Amino acid sequence: MEPKFKISHFFIHGDPLILGADVSIGIATVMIIFVLTYFKKWKWLWKEWLTTVDHKKIGIMYVIAALLMLFRGGVDALLMRTQLALPNLKVLLSEHYNEIFTTHGTIMILFMAMPLIFAMMNIVIPLQIGARDVAYPFLNAISFWLFFFGAMLLNLSFVIGGSPNAGWVGYPPLSELQFNPGPGENFYVLAIQISGIGSLATGINFLVTILKMRTKGMRLMDMPLFTWSVLATSILIIAAFPVITVTMLLLFLDRFAGAHFFTMTHGGDPMMYINLFWIWGHPEVYIVILPAFGIFSEVTSVFSKKVTFGYTSMVVSMMLISFYAYFTWVHHFFTMGAGAGVNTFFAVSTMIIAIPTGVKVFNWLLTMYQGRIRLTEPMLWTIAFIPCFAIGGATGVMLSIAPADYQYHNSYFLIAHFHQVLIGGTVFGMFAGLTYWWPKMFGFKLNETLGRWAFWLWNIGFYACFMPQYALGFMGMTRRIYTYGWDMGWAPLNLISSIGAVIMGIAFLFQVWEIAYSVKYGERDTTGDPWDGHTLEWSLPSPAPKYNFAVLPEVHGRDAWWKTKEAKERGDYEEKKQELEPIHYPKNSGIPFILSVFFFIAGFGFTFEWVWMGALGLLGVAICLIVRSFQYDTDYYISVDEIKETEAALRGEV
Amino acid sequence: MKLSRLFTRTFLICLVPLILSGCGGKFIVLDPKGPVGEEEKHLILLTTLLIAIVVIPVIILLIYIIYRYRDTPSNTARYRPKWGDNKYLEIIWWGIPIIITVFMAYFTGKSVFALVKPPTTDVKPITIQVTSLDWKWLFQYPDQNIATVNYVDIPAGRPVQFILTSDAPMNSFWIPQLGGQEYTMPGMAMRLWLQANETGKYFGTGANFTGEGFAHMQFDVIAKTEAEFNRWVNKVKAAGKPMDMAIYNRLKQPGLVNKQTYSSYPPHAFEMTLMKNGGHYHERIPEGNQFNPNDTEKTK
Ligand code: HEM
Ligand SMILES: [Cu+2]
Ligand SMILES: [Cu+2]
Repeated sequence: MEPKFKISHFFIHGDPLILGADVSIGIATVMIIFVLTYFKKWKWLWKEWLTTVDHKKIGIMYVIAALLMLFRGGVDALLMRTQLALPNLKVLLSEHYNEIFTTHGTIMILFMAMPLIFAMMNIVIPLQIGARDVAYPFLNAISFWLFFFGAMLLNLSFVIGGSPNAGWVGYPPLSELQFNPGPGENFYVLAIQISGIGSLATGINFLVTILKMRTKGMRLMDMPLFTWSVLATSILIIAAFPVITVTMLLLFLDRFAGAHFFTMTHGGDPMMYINLFWIWGHPEVYIVILPAFGIFSEVTSVFSKKVTFGYTSMVVSMMLISFYAYFTWVHHFFTMGAGAGVNTFFAVSTMIIAIPTGVKVFNWLLTMYQGRIRLTEPMLWTIAFIPCFAIGGATGVMLSIAPADYQYHNSYFLIAHFHQVLIGGTVFGMFAGLTYWWPKMFGFKLNETLGRWAFWLWNIGFYACFMPQYALGFMGMTRRIYTYGWDMGWAPLNLISSIGAVIMGIAFLFQVWEIAYSVKYGERDTTGDPWDGHTLEWSLPSPAPKYNFAVLPEVHGRDAWWKTKEAKERGDYEEKKQELEPIHYPKNSGIPFILSVFFFIAGFGFTFEWVWMGALGLLGVAICLIVRSFQYDTDYYISVDEIKETEAALRGEV
Repeated sequence: MKLSRLFTRTFLICLVPLILSGCGGKFIVLDPKGPVGEEEKHLILLTTLLIAIVVIPVIILLIYIIYRYRDTPSNTARYRPKWGDNKYLEIIWWGIPIIITVFMAYFTGKSVFALVKPPTTDVKPITIQVTSLDWKWLFQYPDQNIATVNYVDIPAGRPVQFILTSDAPMNSFWIPQLGGQEYTMPGMAMRLWLQANETGKYFGTGANFTGEGFAHMQFDVIAKTEAEFNRWVNKVKAAGKPMDMAIYNRLKQPGLVNKQTYSSYPPHAFEMTLMKNGGHYHERIPEGNQFNPNDTEKTK
């Protein structure tokens, strides 16, 4: 059989944008290789990072990858906003604009928001529940590398073969062979597929970790709220991700094997894809917001020096959200006209899901009420989140009114809504979490002054960018158009919106500066408890040793560390002297990395429909799995002496 | 210094007309010209009001609390670190949103069921079949047997039953001033009721992304008096050229075209488009447009 794609499809030529990307990627690669070789860091990279199974290091790698993806997605956004700043601009052609909004959406949701959440989960959960690692550390490493190579596959599409261009939702028949013969949509399908396996594994991993690995005495209703939020998220992931996996598989079979699941002809049903996509897609938006809710609960409590108000309500509302999230998917296509009964049902179920969300907002307010509020950077992000999310949630409720949605749908009103909840909710939430747990991760605080600059620029930029978009929706401006004329009066608001986007871009640069500056000059955290925290992670030195807890703590009730500190203050704290014991610890392994490289090769091969290469990749995957099943020497014991030494060094007793 | 001042001034001066025209910008969704758009606008305003009842107090409370309970040594406000429970307050938090939701659910349901019916029942509706193509709109008038491309004339004051399909990727048919949008889907015939109460020219657009030429899929909706509409139909019938399958197939090719007018079109062209794209797998062809597959045999 003649292969469908030849080498001539490989490199896209003749486009300055892509040429620029090609060149800069080339230069960056050469530079990285040079630096690693010059400083003889290859071995270090492999031993300390690429093969690690330590949840804290995996978390840090998630942070780095996610911030890089935020940068890439942000450049996409700025390109789009430049093109739309004024009518009839020719910065981007239609074909480029379409590719860019597709990769922007896919990257921001799957390769920026998701990994940032996984980062927070990895860094915090074991520390917060008094565990030494996650339940399946090896699987955890696989999850990370699958995400990473999935992301690389999608990013590669920009320079090799052409990017997908049917939107981040990839609706058929537009995403089918008939209208999209190039390899772009294959990149999309396979990148989601590869990283999706990793996400599913993460869900399972953290569900088991939270249910089985809590330290002695920690009942479910004693868990910190961030842990609760991750529990809810894990449940959502486990139930939702198989749906997208199957959906993408069917789409791939259509494209690769000539099947007709979603095609226009031969009995295919594109509507089925739209349903399946959102059966995953709606839970997905809650997957990315729930952990942010958890972070806000932690931060409001700590920086108001108070217990969380309405803990039970908070837990109940998160569990309700993760249940109802499965019964609202049709609100993404009321306009498909499924019928009056169906639309009413899904309109009401969507309004219902807003109730627990609203309750949480009130509980955060009451947590601050009669407290003592410290305006640190994590708290600033939290405070900015509340009005932003209140408005975004409110416009969500407006969208849920099915007949009114006939007017909002596919317009800039919708764009404004979901950016408000995603940026104001998820992104601000992750910034709060990053700045809050940064000292725990790296042992130093981030610079507050630069942080405040970033904070204000983000907020000003955000409102300037997205408030006009609500108005543009009412002016009839639809999403995904690469250009527009002067006649509709859309120009001024679009210009303001673009200026807002640039301000957010500058804000991001301030954050990069903030990190770079703090690496060198940031205030060092010697206590392990720089914020006067309430939960177990603050009982450890910063950064925590690889085994986290030399002796597993025993807790009684919520806010365990706060209680311990109080008891110490009162003087009735009796430290139970526990004998140190050797700690069972997993060995590093190169297999997760190598396995994911093979997945990448398979994905790349199938993208270009070079079956030999796809098969080779899958064979490699199979070999990795077989090799692993015959490895018996996968863990070891950290000796008591080594623990003693590490602890002494960490507590500055050497 | 001078240069930067020059820049800022130029910028500000440029901004003024932009902002002015922005204030004069047309919020067409909030300026409906027919009963469907009217109903939707009422819902929009009602829900905006209801959510404001929640959002505005939240923002005011937030500002008050941050100010009142800031962590300064001189702050004398009450401090209760262990206060984390209050049944009554929680009942209020859960209660208010529930009541608002019940309200909204009632109005939503009522209006969803109303909008699937013709907006007025004492006037005979007109039917227009709409096909979204790559990247243009085809309108067929089954009762008048004429067709247009990229514009549609309708009689004002009469309910219009748009029957929507697509012979290209799924699009969405939207005329903001008359009412909300509905998807055009290959192999499906969806019904959308709209009506213009005033004569005039309205903005229509495709709303669901369909590829390269999507941004240019805008069309004019021209609402005329009954008499003018009839005159227009007669003129089209007399002067326009007929559309045959060859012309249709040319239209179907991806690309952009200008407005076009046809004095007739092949019989059952719309139904054939439906069937070709899998219409026989669906049963959702609205009554009155029930299509008998045997007819295809005859037309062949
Ligand atoms: C208060 C709760 C919320 C309600 C009632 C709500 C309601 C809705 C509705 C009805 C739509 C569909 C509108 C349309 O397509 O015409 C929508 C779209 C969307 N929402 Fe929300 N939403 C809420 C919260 C969230 C959150 C927390 C997120 C994510 C963090 C989110 C992300 C999105 C996204 C990404 C879309 C559009 C996706 C697309 O079409 O590309 N929403 N929302
Ligand atoms: Cu949704
Ligand atoms: Cu359909």
